[in-house]
Amino acid sequence: MWFPISHAHINPVYLVMIGFLIGVLGGFFGVGGSFIAGPALRAVGLDWNFAVGTDLAHIVGKSVVAAKRHRALGNVDLRLGFIMAIATIGGAEFGAQLIEMLKRRGNVNFVVSIVSIVIYTSISLFMGWESWKTLALARKRAAAGEAGTSKRADESAFTHVTQAIHRWRVPPLIHLPESGVTISLWLIFLVAFIGGLFSGFLGGGAGYIRMPSMVYILGIPTHLAVGTDLFEIIISASYGTFSHAIKGNVDILIALVMNTGAAVGAQLGAISTQYFPGPKIRLAFVPLPLVGAVIVIYTLLTGHKL
Amino acid sequence: MTSRKAEMQRTLRAFAFELFIYAFLVTAYFFAVLHFLGGWLVRLETQHIRVYASVAILLIIGQAAVLEAVTTGLMRLLRGGRSE
Repeated sequence: MWFPISHAHINPVYLVMIGFLIGVLGGFFGVGGSFIAGPALRAVGLDWNFAVGTDLAHIVGKSVVAAKRHRALGNVDLRLGFIMAIATIGGAEFGAQLIEMLKRRGNVNFVVSIVSIVIYTSISLFMGWESWKTLALARKRAAAGEAGTSKRADESAFTHVTQAIHRWRVPPLIHLPESGVTISLWLIFLVAFIGGLFSGFLGGGAGYIRMPSMVYILGIPTHLAVGTDLFEIIISASYGTFSHAIKGNVDILIALVMNTGAAVGAQLGAISTQYFPGPKIRLAFVPLPLVGAVIVIYTLLTGHKL
Repeated sequence: MTSRKAEMQRTLRAFAFELFIYAFLVTAYFFAVLHFLGGWLVRLETQHIRVYASVAILLIIGQAAVLEAVTTGLMRLLRGGRSE
């Protein structure tokens, strides 16, 4: 199929399949899936700027589908999502400015690559350790005959740190009844700003940073963190799409085709979250940032962008 | 255990049938909507980039909302009123 905006010839079935895969991951983990979409679009000859802009447009569509499904399952905290969107946009702009600064210094690729390898690997190792420990604790409790937990129950071996963070009660305090927490507005802004910063700095939706931060720092239950992250991504990725589109980096026809596959995948992923407890979702999340790290290491060593 | 297996089989059968209907709808969508929209979007992209940017966002959100409604409707239809 010929896509006249980006002057690319791509098989639509390939785009639908990629959309489906990213949709499943997005619906289940609340991530944008740029680390797959970018290389997948590059692999069929799309220019890098079009791959980034088109991927963002596709993320908007996929997040609408997944967030609607999560909303129906009661997994979206709208209040938190709107507050986070403001700081995410600010952070994304700041990240983009950092990139411009590094571009002027001439070492943008090296710095971004090293930062992303460190961040991706740290997130994977930390989440792997935490969810493994939480599941081991739950097994020990079950063996001791303590009351079992439901499939959607959420526990964390990191709860004591989250509670310590929540003692930082700098006003104004925001009550989030859907998430069941009352926290400082500045803490929410900080988490969202950092997520936005990495989104602007490393590209994509930065769900790999935001979703774990919402769980471990804000103390949001995993299912709600996934749904709220997706809702927040709709707003921030729409902003990113507009920004890239006016620079001529978005082929909306490709994004529309990808979204037909993502619509089914995102529903499947979102529904699947019901059958897994929070720690298992977090443990399954562990390989995703590692895949991102491997892609960056490959690019750094070979000089070829995947 | 047997009822769970039967339930799983029913769900998988419904999902396969849903995919078949969905694939038919998507193919029709490619040939009809994208064919007619293509030329107009290319003109917009070259002549009115800001309008193109706004239309792009509206299109992707609109399509997502419609697709979500279609897939949810199909699930309800095939699973006797349940959407998950």
